[in-house]
Amino acid sequence: MSAQSHPADNTAGSASTHGYNFGYLDEQTKRMIRRTLLKALAVPGYQAPFGGREMPLAYGWGTGGIQITASILGPDDVLKVIDQGADDTTNAVSIRRFFERVSDVATTEATEDATVVQTRHRIPETPLREGQIIVYQVPQPEPLRKLEPRETETRKMHAYAEYGLMQVELYENIARFGHIATTYDYPAVVNGRYLMAPSPIPKFDNPKMEDNPSIQLFGAGREKRIYAVPPYTKVKSLDFDDHPFRIQGWDQHCSLCGASDSYLDEVITDDRGGRMFICSDTDYCGKRREAGHVGDGGPQPAVEARLK
Amino acid sequence: MYVAVKGGERAILNSHKLIAEERRGDPSLAELTIEQIAAQFKLAVDRVMTEGSVYDPELAALALKQAQGDAVEAIFLLRAYRTTLPRFAVSAPIETRQMDVRRRISAAYKDLPGGQVLGPTYDYTHRLLDFELAANGGVGEPQAEAADEPLPDLMPPVLDILDREDLIEQEIADRENEPVFDLTRESMSFPAGRDQRLQNLARGDEGFVLGLAYSTTRGYGGAHPFVGEVRYGEVAVEITPEELGFAIEIGDVSVTECQMINQFQGSKDHPAQFTRGYGLSFGHGERKAMSMAMVDRALRAKELGEDAIHPAQDDEFVLSHTDNIEAVGFVTHFKLPHYVDFQAELQLVRKLRAEHAARHEMKEAAE
Repeated sequence: MSAQSHPADNTAGSASTHGYNFGYLDEQTKRMIRRTLLKALAVPGYQAPFGGREMPLAYGWGTGGIQITASILGPDDVLKVIDQGADDTTNAVSIRRFFERVSDVATTEATEDATVVQTRHRIPETPLREGQIIVYQVPQPEPLRKLEPRETETRKMHAYAEYGLMQVELYENIARFGHIATTYDYPAVVNGRYLMAPSPIPKFDNPKMEDNPSIQLFGAGREKRIYAVPPYTKVKSLDFDDHPFRIQGWDQHCSLCGASDSYLDEVITDDRGGRMFICSDTDYCGKRREAGHVGDGGPQPAVEARLK
Repeated sequence: MYVAVKGGERAILNSHKLIAEERRGDPSLAELTIEQIAAQFKLAVDRVMTEGSVYDPELAALALKQAQGDAVEAIFLLRAYRTTLPRFAVSAPIETRQMDVRRRISAAYKDLPGGQVLGPTYDYTHRLLDFELAANGGVGEPQAEAADEPLPDLMPPVLDILDREDLIEQEIADRENEPVFDLTRESMSFPAGRDQRLQNLARGDEGFVLGLAYSTTRGYGGAHPFVGEVRYGEVAVEITPEELGFAIEIGDVSVTECQMINQFQGSKDHPAQFTRGYGLSFGHGERKAMSMAMVDRALRAKELGEDAIHPAQDDEFVLSHTDNIEAVGFVTHFKLPHYVDFQAELQLVRKLRAEHAARHEMKEAAE
């Protein structure tokens, strides 16, 4: 499961992809994106516009992340692609296959073996380390968009660090529900300056962004914006002194591996209301089971066969 | 025990085989050739070239075949292919004055230098299903009657007539030395200049731009435009290679151009004068070129000092939503799994309900 797999040979896939440049994009485009990435890293959390290109995948399916990944991949890289934490969901499989076809990089499902992790909606449970890069697919990079539809306005708000509106939104949550009712894409201030949409990761993952040794890159293809969090950077999730930021917690443990520290997916098991909870991070869960951890659901050969 | 199915590689591969099967249809029928599509579905090909922003009838025909005739999917294929092409030059502005005209009409003047040239148009057909076409599978080799004398080489734009009297605003002067915004290489920025707006509208979804144009004439824009001129034909494309230093012709493209005349009462800074709206599409695309010209004019409301209160006058609204490739991607992405965010919401709703129930109980106990 954790073994690296190489494409069959250097022709990178079938005849239909023959003749494409390494990493699909042409070298000028990749250079343009790398320059934008440097700018984004230099101004943490700032949404740097870039000349986003049409990709052979639909907008909203990860074109921003794919363009970044294509621009930073080198022949020696090892790529992991996850969607919702899992390596085996359709979009993850499809993007991984794309890079197997248009570049010659090795791919892996193991977080610790990857040099580049492209993700949709999760940060792996296994801590990232220096030298690794995590690329987020971002549908809506503008954290203020829901509060202010006009780009001209939000640009000014960022320029003046005028984020009161977001604080008011969170306050209104508290007034209405008794607590902050934002559960994913939870706004955070990067390096004490820019308000950032952390992509639709659950707020469970927000603390992992802070002081992370890896490079975190965010790509929004449809909106043509790139932003970044450099290694060891402060990422503060918005909150109030009397309503501090809190992450989700579960009463259950993972039925497969017994983990109590990971983000859990609810799996419906029958039509009588039966359900179980399993790690959304398939690699993390698999590694724990390999190490002998068993969840309270006991061994689940049927489920494990599915997840293989 | 039932376990939710996760998608895998095998399912994807099988799905690919299924579309291939559907695309081919009944194998006892002859397969469509690219040439047939390019020749006989020309208007579909022209639309795909325009919104795919690649001038190549063969590639557009291939895209249409691969997409089973779905225009937006074909446009998507072409755009994605376009990404991989290097840009070796930027052409000089095409000279539509020098167009080899196949059709040229004006709704503003009954007759004019060069005359009205009807050319190929559905405008005056009766939209009755032609069962002959179904029965015989074709109409043989139709031959339109040739005119007694060829069209003049130079056909001056209709708007020149108004221009001579200073009744219409000047066409934008030569901007050869000014940098032109390039929407395919730069990200959209607001407020958008006219160059950026026109590029966006040219690539924009025909249906959406048409709807916006429609809205401007139905009270959401107060426009009553006149078709100064619609012309369709071939123009030469010229580039100036750096090593040569002078322009050379690299080929012809066929385009449709629309110049729209709009009323304008004048403002503090401008005396009353007609104003222009401009539209251009690859191939034969009058609906698109006209719609584009009307929306272009609507988007100029602010610069002309008009009240900009309607959707078609709002550059941010219009330009952010014209691109069908962007729109399709975002709308369809909801098909992707959302387990993680849904789980987050599910948890919250349960929590809110539990809290609500607890409050309710307390209130009942107090009563």
